[in-house]
Amino acid sequence: MNLLELRNLHVAIEGKMVLRGINLDVPPGEVHAVMGPNGSGKSTLVQTLAGAEPYQVTDGQALFLGKDLLSRAPEERARQGLFLAFQYPVEISGLSNAYFLRASVNALNRARGEPELDAVDFLGVLRSELLAMEMKPELLERFVNHGFSGGEKKRNEILQMKLLKPRLALLDETDSGLDIDALKVVARGINAMRDRERGFLVVTHYQRLLDYVVPDRVHVLVNGRIVQSGDADLARLLEKRGYDWLLEPQRA
Amino acid sequence: MSTSNRQIESLLHQPYAAGFVTDIEQETFPPGLDENVIKQISRMKNEPDFMLEWRLAAFRHWLKIREPHWSIAHYEPIDYQAISYYSSPKSRKSGPTSLEEIDPKLLETYEKLGIPLHERAALAGVAVDAVFDSVSVATTFRETLARAGVIFCPISEAIQNYPDLVRTHLGTVVPPTDNFFASLNSAVFTDGSFVYIPKGVRCPLELSTYFRINAAKTGQFERTLIIADEGASVSYLEGCTAPMRDENQLHAAVVELIALEDAEIRYATVQNWYPGDESGVGGIYNFVTKRGECRGAHSHISWVQVETGSSITWKYPSCILRGDESVGEFYSVAVARNFQQADTGTKMIHLGRGTKSTILSKGISAGHGKNAYRGLVHLGRNARDARNYTQCDSLILGPDAEADTFPMIEVENGSARAEHEATTSKISDDQIFYCRQRGLSEEDAVGLIVNGFCREVFLKLPMEFAVEAQKLLSVSLEGAVG
Ligand SMILES: Nc1ncnc2c1ncn2[C@@H]1O[C@H](COP(=O)(O)OP(=O)(O)O)[C@@H](O)[C@H]1O
Ligand SMILES: [Mg+2]
Repeated sequence: MNLLELRNLHVAIEGKMVLRGINLDVPPGEVHAVMGPNGSGKSTLVQTLAGAEPYQVTDGQALFLGKDLLSRAPEERARQGLFLAFQYPVEISGLSNAYFLRASVNALNRARGEPELDAVDFLGVLRSELLAMEMKPELLERFVNHGFSGGEKKRNEILQMKLLKPRLALLDETDSGLDIDALKVVARGINAMRDRERGFLVVTHYQRLLDYVVPDRVHVLVNGRIVQSGDADLARLLEKRGYDWLLEPQRA
Repeated sequence: MSTSNRQIESLLHQPYAAGFVTDIEQETFPPGLDENVIKQISRMKNEPDFMLEWRLAAFRHWLKIREPHWSIAHYEPIDYQAISYYSSPKSRKSGPTSLEEIDPKLLETYEKLGIPLHERAALAGVAVDAVFDSVSVATTFRETLARAGVIFCPISEAIQNYPDLVRTHLGTVVPPTDNFFASLNSAVFTDGSFVYIPKGVRCPLELSTYFRINAAKTGQFERTLIIADEGASVSYLEGCTAPMRDENQLHAAVVELIALEDAEIRYATVQNWYPGDESGVGGIYNFVTKRGECRGAHSHISWVQVETGSSITWKYPSCILRGDESVGEFYSVAVARNFQQADTGTKMIHLGRGTKSTILSKGISAGHGKNAYRGLVHLGRNARDARNYTQCDSLILGPDAEADTFPMIEVENGSARAEHEATTSKISDDQIFYCRQRGLSEEDAVGLIVNGFCREVFLKLPMEFAVEAQKLLSVSLEGAVG
């Protein structure tokens, strides 16, 4: 069974049609990259799948693990194993990062019928992941994403993915704004999670990340439609030629 | 309505759990206030003459002054002649009462509120004075305390049994002429707690007073006096609830704390008077004067308050830092939801050398709630090297809620320093969605954020109260305590 199946998905925001019929299958164990110019609808796609309120599905359907996804509340989707690494991670002042991380891990554990972790157990798990992501321990005591650099926010997203162990991870431009060292750390984090069960939908603007996280499939999203799909070579082609040659048939 | 607003709505509509009425025969004065009423109160309490004179002087002063209206709160004028100034359960005999003599209905009332008065059932390590309307109905663990030399009793008893102690200290921190509500209280106060900790004694138990308003159309005017002698220390907790009624009821208390050299007093309040209903009908007017004086060098007074109840709160627990190197602290969480109005804060009056104060105020406004922090930091001429640190944070939930801060700083000498920080934040839909994407429900998300916001203050509360405070905010405090 596919992890994700999208059929003719149409999404509008504030009355404006942004996605115009997306068809996409992500089988277990595969990494699919979604590339495309700014404003083509990449974030709209992953935000819609995660259940963000402003996005309205006007047509089509989405199945996650063979079941209808779109009728479910965002937290249910998360509890069933759907994870979104946000393009712009949200700051929550007043709430400590460590406390937030534990609350979310325990929310998922509860849903899966697994025991909840107390502060001490959790810290044990957290420490090794923190080390792997090369994050400063003080980032745990700060408020969620508060005063984090761009790179620290992105690492914090991948840290959460590693703690929450989703079935399908949607990564929205997790590579943007990272220097080469940070990019490698993030890529390592993603690769460490790859296995035969788990799937990834990696949204990226550049080919750079895909040198480290080699995708099984690459889809090009232009103007709300997938105009081209291929293997990892397509990403390299896009790097060389840009998106313009793909825009032409749209205009015709 | 956006998701976070929906969630906030449900937070707002929590029922008020302490809103029941105890059906008990009460002896209640007819409404009205004049010198005769005061004489009658004094007579009911078997007071010595000096006390009656003191009350009457306060009353005569009160008649000459006006109710203050500089706070953010708006309300219909209070008719002081429509209030009854004394109400007590009939079964209450005069003089000390043993638990066996107390009306079971009263015991049941406190049980229902989570305050068992039987010592075997009582919270370990906490002695309780239970004040029901105008009288104290029970004080637990008196013998244990007496062995340590600690006096913990209703103030009405202290006036009879320790008149000299009372006479020397009463009104020395909050004089009867201090302000309109303090004058009124001085004239008509009925009961409250009295604490004296002798030299060098650490009070072996937490002391606690639980105030309950039960009767309708009455005011509650309690008076608390706590004296920590040289090198003594005590931790004191205060809780309050009242039934749900459509009319507004006045609660005008005075609390005075006196810390002598090297003494320490920690005073914590979880104020949960009936806040009124969703449309702002009913609720307690909580007009309270609380002040502590660090009279001796190296003394320490700390106020912790969690203000969730009352329709109007007007309250500024303050510290006069007279002793050199003395320390004052104020930690506050104030919640205003539905149509609640909270105007609260503190005054830190630095008089002695090297005095230090810390102010941490967390205001939460929701629904049509209005919340204001009002503070004064005074660094006096002789307060060399005095330091203050103030932080005021406001959290606004929903489009109709309001938050204000009115911090004042007066610096009279160049070596003193005051630091002030303030933030205002809201819970956005983006934040709620981010939390939900991580598997948390809307309710959990709002709870986590509110709880995170209050955490620093909750950590200052004694354990039992931290738990109660958390329940009041309907948030999980798991992991935040201890
Ligand atoms: N919250 C929003 N409100 C209004 N318009 C939006 C919102 N999010 C996206 N859009 C619009 O939808 C289109 C697609 O945006 P987006 O999905 O963010 O593109 P990408 O991630 O590919 O850069 C853009 O025209 C953008 O302006
Ligand atoms: Mg985007």
